[in-house]
Amino acid sequence: MARFTIRRLIELVLVFFGVTFAIYAAVFALPGDPISSLGGDQPLSPAVVERIRNLYHLNDPLWSQYLRYLGHLLTGDLGVDFRGRSVAERLASRWPVTIRLALTAWVIQVVIGVGLGLVAGLRKNTWIDRGVLILTILIASVPIFVMAVTAQLVFGVKLSLLPIAGVTDGWPTSYLLPATVLAIYGLAAVARLTRGSVVDTMSSDFVRALWAKGLSRRRVIGVHVLRNSAIPVLTYLAIDLGALLGGAVVTEGIFNLPGVGQLLFESIRVHEGPTVVGIATALILIFLLTSLVVDLLNSLLDPRIRHD
Amino acid sequence: MSDEVLRFEELTVDFTVGGTTQRAVDGVSFGVRAGEVLAVVGESGSGKSVTALAALGLLPSNARAGGRISFGGADVLEMSRAELTALRGRRIAMIFQDPSGALDPVFTIGAQLVEMIRTHQPSLSRGAARERAIELLRMVEIPENRLKYYPHQLSGGQCQRVMIAIALACDPELLIADEPTTALDVTVQQEVLDVLLAMRSKISGAIMIITHDMGVVADVADRVVVMRKGAVVETADVHELFDHPTQEYTQALLDAVPRGGPRESTSVDADVAALRIDDLVVEYRGRRGRTVQAVGHVDLLLNPGEVVGLVGESGSGKSTIGKAVLGLAPITSGEVHVAGQALTSSSASDLRKTRARIGVVFQNPAGSLNPRGTIGQSVGEPLAVHGGVRGAELRRRVEELLDSVELPGAWAGRYPHELSGGQRQRVSIARAISLDPGLLIADEPTSALDVSVQATVLELLRSLQDRLHFACLFISHDLAVVDQVCDRVAVMSQGRLVEQGDRESVLRAPQDPYTVRLLEAAPVPDPREQSRRRGLRLAG
Repeated sequence: MARFTIRRLIELVLVFFGVTFAIYAAVFALPGDPISSLGGDQPLSPAVVERIRNLYHLNDPLWSQYLRYLGHLLTGDLGVDFRGRSVAERLASRWPVTIRLALTAWVIQVVIGVGLGLVAGLRKNTWIDRGVLILTILIASVPIFVMAVTAQLVFGVKLSLLPIAGVTDGWPTSYLLPATVLAIYGLAAVARLTRGSVVDTMSSDFVRALWAKGLSRRRVIGVHVLRNSAIPVLTYLAIDLGALLGGAVVTEGIFNLPGVGQLLFESIRVHEGPTVVGIATALILIFLLTSLVVDLLNSLLDPRIRHD
Repeated sequence: MSDEVLRFEELTVDFTVGGTTQRAVDGVSFGVRAGEVLAVVGESGSGKSVTALAALGLLPSNARAGGRISFGGADVLEMSRAELTALRGRRIAMIFQDPSGALDPVFTIGAQLVEMIRTHQPSLSRGAARERAIELLRMVEIPENRLKYYPHQLSGGQCQRVMIAIALACDPELLIADEPTTALDVTVQQEVLDVLLAMRSKISGAIMIITHDMGVVADVADRVVVMRKGAVVETADVHELFDHPTQEYTQALLDAVPRGGPRESTSVDADVAALRIDDLVVEYRGRRGRTVQAVGHVDLLLNPGEVVGLVGESGSGKSTIGKAVLGLAPITSGEVHVAGQALTSSSASDLRKTRARIGVVFQNPAGSLNPRGTIGQSVGEPLAVHGGVRGAELRRRVEELLDSVELPGAWAGRYPHELSGGQRQRVSIARAISLDPGLLIADEPTSALDVSVQATVLELLRSLQDRLHFACLFISHDLAVVDQVCDRVAVMSQGRLVEQGDRESVLRAPQDPYTVRLLEAAPVPDPREQSRRRGLRLAG
């Protein structure tokens, strides 16, 4: 187990350097000059532009800029944006919103998705099973902005049950609507995956042997089938949580939630390099950590992986 | 019949698949007597396993059972879910064919044993249950430190012994064993059967063993039920059945069991060996840089027209040798000559030409034939690729080849899934001989087939070999099959060749202790001989 963890950590560090460099280089290569657009309508004098460029080391070669960035990063410093604001502080105000949204959406996916999948899997080929399939596919095929705007119209405007946009009402009231809309898109995948996994496990030889042992239905399904079926589903759910934390650009936009996704979108639009790289770096870290957690969880659940 | 533990009366089982109903078991009646070992024999599709599953109410949801299964005065088919749960494991226990698949992979075997004990004896404390689990493991000769092992850390034979321990935990009145040793090597099979029979004296109940292997029947059974196509053909005492089978089908089943026979040795004119293997070593890179030696320093010679049997248990390296000859396994050192051509020093184009001279037949014909191609395409492909044969000429040749394996030439347009297992293996053979090979490698060609089908395929192989005079490397775990088709026999164990020589000398007067053990472990279809051997073995 310790060996396994160490090996995964080493891989994680390598991936981290590779991906941050790729993003740094990509932002570097974006067309247009972020500094000259800082002045808005009034062009900045070349001397000023040159001064700012030197201040941000923009005239240095790419590798030296990247190494400097990395140096700061290792001390926990994400740098400042082109207006001199601390990237870390800007992110810090955004994270709580995104984390609340993501976790709420994720919990909805887990409860409803796994629940539906479980029921469908245990009632294979009945009308319940088919109903779940049709329902999940139907919902997932509606574009997210249609779903979001419709939800706003129905629950916000007509029924006045939930706020239409913004976060002024706090958690959970302000988050329920956007989180549900966001969750719906992962729901189909979670439900189908859970169903397939349960069906596979239920038809496996060892489950037949468990029935032959004379175990109760509760024990066979509640202990053996659940744990064996959980392995692929958990992997998906953990990766999914990573993706949700990456910020939902469209959902945050429609519901006007000041989260990371919205910040990322704005920053790309105005070529705010330091902020984009800062967010991307944070997202990479989240992805790497969730995949590490997935691997460790899997090896806990499945002894065959542990001993490999 | 009051001493019967379990009785099937006019049992019928119907399966509904896609709207059509098929009868798998059709009016089966027989009983299992207290304290006896009853063998139910039959080929695949005979309904023997379905009958057993019905006794535990374990039929799949698309099956419907009729008739009656009396157990302890009640009808199993009428039982509620709760009654079935109380019956299973506690009064009727069952073990299955694939032991590694029958244990939950994510729990230790200790946990699975304790679970069984505590389910049926809830009053027992955790510690007491653990004590009992250790005792059960000891009974099946597994050291108690294995309690913390997961199924994948145990061998197939050990898993099956754990399954036996679980099944016997509650001293059931009846133990049903469904092909308990089919997935195991012959020496392991013997260990498991020994353990199973030793249990007989320790439990009060009866054992119902389901098998297709007449050798296993002769080894363990008191009485035999022969099944065919969902019906009972014959029920008899084991000696009576082997000595005087009353039914034609039983006789045919017994005749189909390979027993070896006289085979004239082919005249050998050894100018160039068909296959010469010199000091072959095959190593695979394992985890953490360790190398695993699959084949270690093997020398083997096949003269033209000679059939050599390569025998061994799983993991002995016998298949790896076949793969090395085909270029599918890395040759670490040593040399393989096919018709005088050295494989390791050949150019790529020479290798292609050499390989065209080698025919191959694999174990699983369902897996080695392209499911989306017709059998005509499969058989004709080598001719088209290596021989450049096209059009009407190709069709004629394919028909000829199908004809030579006794399949109608008109079948060229059929797909593999339309054929039975034996027919598919005939197609594989037709493909293997399509280029008139000098060497045929047959890797367990009949292991996936029923015994009566196996007999016909072996006969076909022999008659083709008599006619075409190819040399054949016949890889098999089944000594009786090798005895039937081979001129010479080479025995492998743990990557090494332990013995080789004429079939007669190796199989009748083996020198190496491993060969002796292998020969003694293989059950022969003769109850008297089996009980004599068992007696000798248990005496020490």
